[in-house]
Amino acid sequence: MNEVRITAQGLTKRYGFLTAVDDLNFTIESGEVLGFLGPNGAGKSTTMKMLTGFLAPTSGTASINGHDIVSDSLSARRCMGYLPEGAPAYGEMTVLQFLEFIARARGFSGQEVGRAASAAMERLNLEQVAAQAIDTLSKGFKRRVGLAQAILHDPEILILDEPTDGLDPNQKHEVRSLIREMSADKIIVISTHVLEEVHALCNRAMIIADGRLLVDDSPQGLLSRSRYHNAVTMLVENAEKIASTLSEMPEARKVEIREGELTVFPAKDASLFAVISDRIREHQWDVKELRLEAGRMDEVFRQITSGEVRK
Amino acid sequence: MSPSDTLTPPRQNSAVQAILNVVRRELTGYFSTPVAWVFIVIFLVMAGVFTFYIGAFYERGLADLAPFFQFHAWLYLFLVPAVSMRLWAEERRSGSIELLLTLPLTTWQAVVGKFLAAWFFIGLALALTFPTWVTVNYLGDPDNGAIFAGYLGSWLMAGGFLAIGSCISATTRNQVVAFILSVVVCFGFLLSGLPMIMNLFSGWAPQGLLDLVAEFSFLSRFASISKGVLDLRDLVYFGLVTVFWLMANTIVLELRKAD
Repeated sequence: MNEVRITAQGLTKRYGFLTAVDDLNFTIESGEVLGFLGPNGAGKSTTMKMLTGFLAPTSGTASINGHDIVSDSLSARRCMGYLPEGAPAYGEMTVLQFLEFIARARGFSGQEVGRAASAAMERLNLEQVAAQAIDTLSKGFKRRVGLAQAILHDPEILILDEPTDGLDPNQKHEVRSLIREMSADKIIVISTHVLEEVHALCNRAMIIADGRLLVDDSPQGLLSRSRYHNAVTMLVENAEKIASTLSEMPEARKVEIREGELTVFPAKDASLFAVISDRIREHQWDVKELRLEAGRMDEVFRQITSGEVRK
Repeated sequence: MSPSDTLTPPRQNSAVQAILNVVRRELTGYFSTPVAWVFIVIFLVMAGVFTFYIGAFYERGLADLAPFFQFHAWLYLFLVPAVSMRLWAEERRSGSIELLLTLPLTTWQAVVGKFLAAWFFIGLALALTFPTWVTVNYLGDPDNGAIFAGYLGSWLMAGGFLAIGSCISATTRNQVVAFILSVVVCFGFLLSGLPMIMNLFSGWAPQGLLDLVAEFSFLSRFASISKGVLDLRDLVYFGLVTVFWLMANTIVLELRKAD
């Protein structure tokens, strides 16, 4: 087995005075599903375009399985499957014609071309539209065609730029299960601004804004940065009275009431849930709902990406 | 179950394989829309009109195809940019350029593949004018060697126009802009030997530059070929013009991939 690994060293892209990607350094190893997060224009797509050899970095470089993306671009590209943003394709071709073109470009020949194309179609349930022009397909099918061309040569590395953007919930679910199914022995890099996706799919997340890497952590790690992490939220009547009782506990740092929901934030390292359950039983409060918060991804995201600006 | 279970791992394509694959894709694209057929019909009708009405093929009473070839340069001036305008502008507009140029093939291979497909396509349109050749052989006893030279020269000239148009198409995502700019640049190359262009230079430019500009004329080069004079210098000229513009095309793409 050769190593499956992406390393970026000082990867930088400037357009005139605008720095789109600023000195990125990271290593991604086999088995990792990395979510690239960031506001629009943060440099996610530009980074992916550099990794896949579409754009040349202004300075710095990256290597894909040991192949430098600048000096050994073709070898690097062969290890990768890439779904560009918006899943572009040649719309006038049929799905089968298009995938056969990709198969030949990927180095299949003879009968293997057809076999590789049908295997990819089978994987994404595209058989029923094989003879249709891509232009006539719905958005969901087009996205699946894009994914089919990316996985056609069973690459060790998949770079997917917003793979579920614009899909309906069922299609999103399908694409996610496909990614999860493939992730075991590969590197998958996805960019997204759907935060739930990171939690559902990724085992590592990078947040970038203004081209700089701000956070590199696991999704759980990200959640634990939330002030909601390990907080307890309950739905009760006469919330004010209960709030004043609970705020006297040493374990509670703060109590907030928002839209009828009462949230208790823990003091450092305190575990609130058991304590609060005891109180509820003790006081016989009428609690309609009680839950332990894991943390709120959107809050962490906002805190990290906008905090940078305010400071 | 992954596709690799049943398939041998792919190899690196040779340059020829990579180029031929692009050629095949392009031709599939041409003929899956009516555009290709519309183009061929218009080309044949126009070639016929020029030859038989404006060129007075019958009235001349000569068994040659001079009136046929005479107008090819003018025909190409508008029809070749119509083919070349979409080559790269459309890739940019639809975003498929990102797909194509991240496949394991070089930019140069993609440029050459797209050019060859368009060139073969124009070659097909040109070949379909064969009834004119049949007619002239039926009516008289023409010099078929000269006619062959004329066809070859015409195709080479089309290649020169096409390379110019392909390069210009790579600079924009708007096909109309690509078309108009290509017509203008091709017009300049076509006429560079004629007084109209020469007068722009003759007041101030040194004789060397004047000669150089005059040398660039497609029209005077093609005039000698269409009379059946296959001069190696003329063939090399069209070949060099084509290669030069395709290299410029590659550089334009490398410099401005993203927009």
